[in-house]
Amino acid sequence: MTKSLHFLPLSSCPKYMECPPHTCPVHLTQYPVFQQWPMPAAPEGMNRTVVILQVVLHKWIPESNSVFFWFAEAGFQLAGTEVSHDSELRYASAKFTPLPKMAASIGVAACRALHSRCRGKLLSIGRGLFSGARCLVAEGETNFGFQTVSEAEKGEKVYRVFESVAKKYDIMNDSMSLGIHRLWKDILLHQMNPYPGTQLLDVAGGTGDIAFRFINYVRSQWEHQIRQKLKSHQNLSWQEISKSYEEEELKLPGGSQVVVCDINKEMLKVGKQKAQHLGYSKGLSWVVGNAEELPFNDNKFDVYTIAFGIRNVTHIDQALQEAYRVLKPGGRFLCLEFSQVNNPIVSRLYDLYSFQVIPVLGEIIAGDWKSYQYLVESIRRFPAQEVFKAMIEDAGFLKVEYRNLTAGIVAIHSGFKL
Amino acid sequence: MGGWLRRAPGSLRGLRHLALGSPASAGRGYQLPHTDLTVTPEEHVDEETYYQLYPGHIPTSPLQKALLSAGSAFMALYNPYRHDMVAVLGETTGSSALRSLRDKMRHDPEGYQILQERPRIRLSTLDVTGLRGLSDGTFGREYVRFLDSNRVSPDTRMPVKFVDDEELAYVIQRYREVHDLMHTLLGMPTNMLGEVVVKWFEAIQTGLPMCILGAVFGPVRLNARKLQILTMELIPWAVQSGRNASCVLNFYYENRWEQTVESLREEIGILHPPAI
Repeated sequence: MTKSLHFLPLSSCPKYMECPPHTCPVHLTQYPVFQQWPMPAAPEGMNRTVVILQVVLHKWIPESNSVFFWFAEAGFQLAGTEVSHDSELRYASAKFTPLPKMAASIGVAACRALHSRCRGKLLSIGRGLFSGARCLVAEGETNFGFQTVSEAEKGEKVYRVFESVAKKYDIMNDSMSLGIHRLWKDILLHQMNPYPGTQLLDVAGGTGDIAFRFINYVRSQWEHQIRQKLKSHQNLSWQEISKSYEEEELKLPGGSQVVVCDINKEMLKVGKQKAQHLGYSKGLSWVVGNAEELPFNDNKFDVYTIAFGIRNVTHIDQALQEAYRVLKPGGRFLCLEFSQVNNPIVSRLYDLYSFQVIPVLGEIIAGDWKSYQYLVESIRRFPAQEVFKAMIEDAGFLKVEYRNLTAGIVAIHSGFKL
Repeated sequence: MGGWLRRAPGSLRGLRHLALGSPASAGRGYQLPHTDLTVTPEEHVDEETYYQLYPGHIPTSPLQKALLSAGSAFMALYNPYRHDMVAVLGETTGSSALRSLRDKMRHDPEGYQILQERPRIRLSTLDVTGLRGLSDGTFGREYVRFLDSNRVSPDTRMPVKFVDDEELAYVIQRYREVHDLMHTLLGMPTNMLGEVVVKWFEAIQTGLPMCILGAVFGPVRLNARKLQILTMELIPWAVQSGRNASCVLNFYYENRWEQTVESLREEIGILHPPAI
C-alpha cells in the first residue's frame, strides 16, 4: 500500500493515540509520529463518517482501503461539506495529502451505499468515538476525567478534589493499590539512586511519600559509604567521624535537600503532620507552588520528580518546560504515573477493578465517590507511554526512556537535561 | 461512568459492561445502541445528565451495590459515627422494602398526597420560631424541643445517591426526614439506646434491611444495664407499637404541628412509651 492512501489526516484516525510510533493498522503505512502537536480538533460531519467507515470496514475487509483510494482517485464529487478552516490549515502542513472535501464526498457515497439504519448506528458510534478520544477537544477546553471542562475550571476542580481527599489520601492509596504503591515509589527511588548531596524537587508531592523515601535512601547510602570506608581500612576524615558520633544531625548527609512543592495547601498540611509524626525535619522544605509556574530559579535542582501528579496538571507541556528550567544541566527528570496497560487480560481486569471497586472504596473509606471516579477517569485520559515520552522530548530532555511497572499500570519516565 | 474501551471483542461484552459500570436495568435511563464492533464507545460526555435520575444520583451496577452494602455495613459497625454509611446501606439494600412502602403510601389518601406534593422537612421550610411558640404538648413544640435538647438539625440528612428510581429516592428521603419525628413520637433521645429503640420500631414498620441490621447489631455497643432495660421493656413495647401502628409515612406531619402528641400517637397507633 502506498503513501497516497493517507487521504485523511493522521489525527482523525481514532486509533491514532494508541498506535506505536511506526505503524498504523488503518492507514497501513509508516509514518513518523507526532507531526502535529498539540492535537487539532476532531473532524466534523462527513469527515467523521468517513473515518468511521474506514475503521469499520478495515476491520472486516482489510482491502477496503483500496476502495476509498479508488473513490479518491476518481475524484468522485457528490457533495461538498464545510470543513473547519483551521483543520484545513493544519492538514496542509501534514506530510500526507488529506482531502477533506473528497473525504466528505466519499463519505456521502459510502453512506448512500450502506443501509440508512447502519448509518445511524455508525454516526452514533462516531460521536462516541470522538467524544471519548483522548485529547480531541476544542480549544481552551480540557479533560476532567471523562467530562470536558474549560481550562480555568479544571485547576479549580482538581484543587477541590484533593482538598477533600487530603486527610484520607494515604489510607486510600493503600487500600486501592493494596499497598503496591509503596513498591512503586521504592522502585522510583532505586531508579533515581541519589547520592548524599543531591538536591531534590518533588512536585505534587503533597503528603511527602517520595521526600521521606529520599531522606531514608540518602541516609542509608551515607551509612553504607561509611561502612565501606571502615571495611577497606581507609581513614575517615574528622568530619565523617564527628558526623557518625553526632546524635543530632544538623543537616542531611552530604547537604542533600528536599523541596516538596504542591499546589494544594491541604495536602502539604497533611504532609507536614506526617513528617512531624515520623521524625523527618532536616533538609526538608514545604512550598506551595503550581507545577506550570514553579517559584524557583533556573538551574537549581539535581533531580525533579513528580509522582502521580502530572495527570492533574492542566497544561502538561508547561509543567515539563518548567521542569526543564529548574533542573541543573545534567539534572534528571523522573515521572511516576499511571499509564496504559499493554496486556489485554490485565487491562480488562484493571478496568473492572478501577470502575467498579475504586469508587466504592472511595465512598466507604473517604465518603467521597466523585473524587475517586475522577481519579480513575483521569488515569484513562492520560497519554500513553510513547506519547508522553515524546512530550518529554519536546520539552528538551534527552535520553528519555520509560519503564513499565505492573504490566503497564504504572510507568516511570526518565529524562536528562544535558 | 463509561470508558473508552479500546480492546474488547464482542464475546466479552458482558465483562465489558460490568467493567464500565453500565446502569442498573431498573433505571429509566437512556439506552445506547449496542454493537458488536471492536471499538464500542459510550457517550460519557452526556452520561452524567442521561443516567442521573435525580440530582445527586450516582448510577451503580449490581456488583457495586453489593460491594457498597458489604463495605458500608462493616464501616457502620466499625465506626458508628459514620452516619453516611448507614444511609448508604439503607439505599443499597432497601429496594424491595422501599417498593412495598411506596405501594402502601399510594393506597392511602394522605400518603398519596405526600407522594404527589413531595414535601421536604428542612430548616428553610420549617417555621421554627412559630413552632416554638405553640403550646406545650403539641407535636410541633415537642419536635422543636427535641431538636434543641439533642442539638440536631433536620438538614444533616444525607441526600440520596444510590437508589435507581426517582420516586423510591423520594420515599427513602422522606423516611430519613421522618426519623426525627419518630424520635419525638416515641419519646426517645438520640443516644445509642434511643436510636436502637427507634430502629426496632422502624424495622417492624418499614422492613428496611438497614433498620433490621441496625436493630440487631446496635445493642452490641451497649453496656449490660442498658441492655437489660432494652430487652425487658423497650423492645417489646417498640415491637408492639410497630405492629399496632399504621404506616408512619402515611401522615402529613407538616399539617399536624398543632395536634397534641398524645392524640397523634393514638391516631397512628403507637402505645404509650414506658418510663425509662
